[in-house]
This record gives sequence, structure tokens and C-alpha cells, in this order.
Amino acid sequence: MARALITMPKTAKRGEIVEIRTLIAHPMETGYRAGDDGQLVPRDLIRRFSCRYDGELVFSAELFPAVAANPYITFCTLATASGTLQFSWEGDRGFSQTENVVLTVT
Amino acid sequence: MRRWWLALCVVASVGAASDTRRSGFEFMTPETQAIQRDDAQNPAMLWVQEGAAAWERKAGTAARACIDCHGAAPTSMKGVATRYPAFDAATRRPITLGQRINACVVDRQHAAALVPESQELLALESFVAMQSRGLPIAPPEDPRLAPFRERGEKLYRQRVGQLDLSCAQCHDERAGGRLAGATIPQAHPTGYPIYRLEWQGLGSLQRRLRGCISGVRAEPFSYGAVELTELELYLARRATGMKIETPAVRP
Repeated sequence: MARALITMPKTAKRGEIVEIRTLIAHPMETGYRAGDDGQLVPRDLIRRFSCRYDGELVFSAELFPAVAANPYITFCTLATASGTLQFSWEGDRGFSQTENVVLTVT
Repeated sequence: MRRWWLALCVVASVGAASDTRRSGFEFMTPETQAIQRDDAQNPAMLWVQEGAAAWERKAGTAARACIDCHGAAPTSMKGVATRYPAFDAATRRPITLGQRINACVVDRQHAAALVPESQELLALESFVAMQSRGLPIAPPEDPRLAPFRERGEKLYRQRVGQLDLSCAQCHDERAGGRLAGATIPQAHPTGYPIYRLEWQGLGSLQRRLRGCISGVRAEPFSYGAVELTELELYLARRATGMKIETPAVRP
């Protein structure tokens, strides 16, 4: 399992905008580069990132070869109610990772 | 008493102003500096996180974790990275922080040695070195290190490779200038292991040195070679008093 870092507040007031920052370890291999043996290194990308807030999709992004290794994605959402934010990254070679973070809304 | 204090303050500020040494951080663009300033953005923190987990993970036939002997890293490892490379009595040569960690892995955990530059070793090294963040580099005053450090300085000033360049010619005489599109820094080892954008990953000071050596088209020393450690010893003395930034980001 890849390492992921999610930085966000644990608590927020109702109606407050919370900033969420995510970082995940991934090579983001483009598929255009040659390795030491001269052969093309097979493409290995994260293709899609999404964030669900208590099941509702609040943010998603598609990723392409121009994105550097270890993608950093940051976005904001509105704190509506206490719940779980589910972050998922999906990509080539069956790559799939999910992280859950609880947000308490007061 | 007050006058004495004032005089001391003036001396101290003059001392700071006359120090022309600059960390590589100051040669970077504001955008790259921003990545290093913010741990939530700094990709090196992924390795640090891994190192923190490895610190508590039991390994080897001794089934022992780092934490079992050393305790919590923020207290026990604070300042350790400022003192490396240090003299190792067992092998009678200077060793780097990474080599010290590896010696512990083999001798105390009875586990297989970690491969130099492996992700596992870099993770532990960055985690340990980060505990010294903000502390000044303080090479040990060990007389046994002196001959190694002298050889390191000699190597630093020796022209090598097809380009016939020494480290000093770029990093002492032309620091701040440009090598093609890149700014030449002063080569102070303040933030290793570093996340280098060019590498798209974390790497040690030895990897950086090897990159420079092959850059002037000389045959690089292999990982763990005593020559690289000697160079590191000289660089550490050259950077004495500069603050550790680990895990740093470099272009």
C-alpha cells in the first residue's frame, strides 16, 4: 500500500470552508520513457482521484502523464455535518487506495 | 554591564553579516521554497512517515524495533544528524548517518543490511535526520577524523574527470553563477536526504555527490566508499553552524 498524507482540520464550524491537502507516493510513470535497458517503461499512472463526503462526491480529478511523481492535490469543501471523508486514488495496474478521515462539525 | 552586552550584540551581528555562506534553499525559486516550507506539500514527508513507522516496527531475528532501545525519536534522535559523519571505532573509519543506521540494523536487530540508497534506508535516515531540523551542524572534534577530513578537502579541491573540474571551482569560485539553466549553489549539506525534483524522489548526499562526479565525467565512487564519506566530512565542517533543514526540497 502506498503512503498517503492528508492534511485537514479535525473539526470545523458548520458552514465553514475547510481546506484539504493530499499527497500520495506514486511514480506517475508516463510510459514514454526508456529504462536502462532501452525498453520503454510501461505506463503507470494514477488516473483518477475522488473525495466523497459521507458518500456524496465533493471533488474529483483526472490525472495525466504531465503530472509529476507523488501527486499533491488540494481543494476545499463546505463543512455541512459531521462525517467521514473518503479519499480514493485509482490508476493503472489495478492501483487503488482509499483513506478515510473523520471531520467533526460543531 | 549594559555596555558589555551592547558590544557583544554588535560583534554577534557583524559575525552573522560577514558569514557569506548560503543554504541551497536561498538559491531556489519561491515556488520550490514553498514546497519545502510546508510539510503538507513536501513529498519527502512521505518517506519520513514511512521512517516513523519503521522506527516502531520489530525486525530481524532479534525481533527488536529501534524504539525498543532508543525510545521516542523526537528526544533520543534530536541533534544526532548534526554530528555525522562520525568516527566508528569498530570499523576504524568515519561513517555516515545512513551507515550508522545500517550498523544498528545488522548488529542489534540481526536483520539483513539495508541496501544503500534503498527506500527503506532513506525513510529511516530522513526520519532520524528530521529530528535535528533547525539545529546547527556540529561536526565532532574527534582527532581520529582529522586525516579523513583532510583527504576530503584535498578531493574537494582536486580537478577530476574529462571536464577537469574540481568541486571548489564551481561551488567556491562560481557559486551563484549559472551552469546552463541551473543556479550553482554553495554545496552545503544542510538538508539531506533531500527530495530532488529532478529525481522525483528522495536521495542521499552520496547520490548527489555521485551525480556531480559523473557530471564532470569522472568515474563516480561507489555507494559507501570511504572517499565519499571523506568528502562529506569536509562538507560538514565547511557548513558548521548552518541549520539542518531535513527533509529539504531541491530543484
